[in-house]
Amino acid sequence: MALLTTVAAHAPDTDVGLYRTVRLIRRFEERAVELVRSGDIIGGIHPYTGQEAIAAGVCAALRLDDMITSTHRGHGHVLAKGADPARVLAELAGRATGLNKGRGGSMHAADFALGILGANAIVGANGAITAGAAWAARQSGGDQVAVSFFGDGAVNQGVLLEAMNLASLWRLPVLFVCENNGYATTLTVSDAVAGTITGRGEAFGMPSATVDGMDPRTVLAAAREAVDRARAGGGPSLVECLTYRFDAHHTWEHKARVRYRDDAEVLSGRERDPVEIQGVRLAGGERARVDAEVESMMDTAVAFALDSPHPDPVGALDHLYATGMRARPGGGG
Amino acid sequence: MPWLSYQKALNRALGDELARDPAVFVLGEDVRVAVSNVTAGLLKRFGPDRVLDTPLSEQAFTSFATGAALGGRRPVIEFQIPALLYLAFEQIVNQAHKFSLMTGGQTRVPVTYLVPGSGSKTGWAGQHSDHPYALFAHAGVKTVVPATPEDAYGLLTTAIRDDDPVVVFAPAAALGVRVDVDFDALAPVPLGVGRVHRAGEDVTVVAVGHLVHDALAVAEELAGDVSVEVFDPRTVYPFDWDGLAASVARTGRLVVVDDSNRMCGIAAEVVATAAERCDLTAPPVRVTRPDGAVVPFALGLDLAVQPDRAQLTAAIQKVLKQ
Repeated sequence: MALLTTVAAHAPDTDVGLYRTVRLIRRFEERAVELVRSGDIIGGIHPYTGQEAIAAGVCAALRLDDMITSTHRGHGHVLAKGADPARVLAELAGRATGLNKGRGGSMHAADFALGILGANAIVGANGAITAGAAWAARQSGGDQVAVSFFGDGAVNQGVLLEAMNLASLWRLPVLFVCENNGYATTLTVSDAVAGTITGRGEAFGMPSATVDGMDPRTVLAAAREAVDRARAGGGPSLVECLTYRFDAHHTWEHKARVRYRDDAEVLSGRERDPVEIQGVRLAGGERARVDAEVESMMDTAVAFALDSPHPDPVGALDHLYATGMRARPGGGG
Repeated sequence: MPWLSYQKALNRALGDELARDPAVFVLGEDVRVAVSNVTAGLLKRFGPDRVLDTPLSEQAFTSFATGAALGGRRPVIEFQIPALLYLAFEQIVNQAHKFSLMTGGQTRVPVTYLVPGSGSKTGWAGQHSDHPYALFAHAGVKTVVPATPEDAYGLLTTAIRDDDPVVVFAPAAALGVRVDVDFDALAPVPLGVGRVHRAGEDVTVVAVGHLVHDALAVAEELAGDVSVEVFDPRTVYPFDWDGLAASVARTGRLVVVDDSNRMCGIAAEVVATAAERCDLTAPPVRVTRPDGAVVPFALGLDLAVQPDRAQLTAAIQKVLKQ
């Protein structure tokens, strides 16, 4: 049971709902970065800051029983699909109360009850999984749609291109969402991508569009069109969302100071902020009310995560096999 | 009683499971026309929604199966060539295998990866002749290598019903084996339970897959001089360590014949575990492919890297001298 009121309960496709989601993701990421710095989150995170409009807009076009797969930069997608922020944060902090009982961490958050089939740490790996889940739902007589989120780095992965071919060939209800933030870790799109990203979708006969990924309304409109088409049997689509990553590829950069974007570019990239773009659409009092609600929710989430127990090392390999089979112990024994 | 070939046993297991459980479906390359014969007749019986021909996209269709499994299906993927598993290693080991633990037990991935014709088919050269079951055992993916038609039926059935990913290697050299069997007696075989094909007192020969038949032939040849026990693990992961220990406790001597490459192969693990757990009266001996073997094309060269009966005979004689 969700401890905190989740996104899905708040009409996420309204202007207030979209703002609430982008604001929640923003504050979640900022608080998570603080917990990385304090050592409460080990391993660091890939902050989604700046890209919030994409998760908010796409997930607002989905039903509760629709499915998503996500990436190493996945907190935003998971929150926007309705996961409990407290349990997501507890997962990042490796606690037993986390979504995955502390077994997955930042890059593998999953909540199957909400159609969140897992964030995936291998770039481009989730597209084919998404296609299979969409096929299974259709075979069961359902009309669910499955969304595969990935970054611009994934468009050069063979398995993703194979997955696009399968999805289009079999007219599967899939939405491929490319979050083009300009960089695959440090490599620019112009140094990595021959042709275009939408050209890859078009090559497989998929409707493919490039949209402003900084505006939640724009993303919602594009996603809604593609989701409606998929649900009606019209097959998959590709939506390329142009965006900018405000923070590091990974919090590791905060210490390592890798130089691949100059200050002027980062400043310029942050000028169009999805939280502001959506925020100005709300009346002043409404915005302040949502901000206060999000702040309170994050305070509760942080307290919940830090107060939660660590998992018992005795069960380190619990769930290794779904059948409960136990592996031989390591160590000396 | 009717004759059942190993290949027909696989076909029968697929048909029985497709009939028993509507969640089961088969996918792979050329499975509708049944190029490998293992899926013969299934399209007609179960229709195109249960028997899916895939494009040559091993990585995508392997993870497609993972996604379908997350959605409640029980996919069986046929790989025509054992080396295709290398293409899909990420999708099996790093994706399908890890979902249960990484999600804290939220889901299961009941996919079966069936390789009818694993190992050398003689004449198929470097990229079609590997036998990489040890890789999956090392990674912790459940892995079976049946030796006989009834075990092929029983282990494939169990693999399909298992809630975890299972790789089923059906050795090319065993596909033609036939037994006289009562079809009604065919039944699931549990994972991790070995089978003593021939009881003996002087030496335990652990034989994997098709090599069980070679081990039985050698045991018969030597019967006047040596009493050989032939132990078939049937499942290489999980391995029947208790069964191995019980056999070695009777004989005190161990030879392992295994179609893996020598380095980190199944034979290496069997010998290591026996050394830890058992009271061996002589150093054990492995009969395997060479380290890092690439199977050469010419017949004589191909056979030169396969474990054979002469090597096994010599190994048995060696452990008996000590």
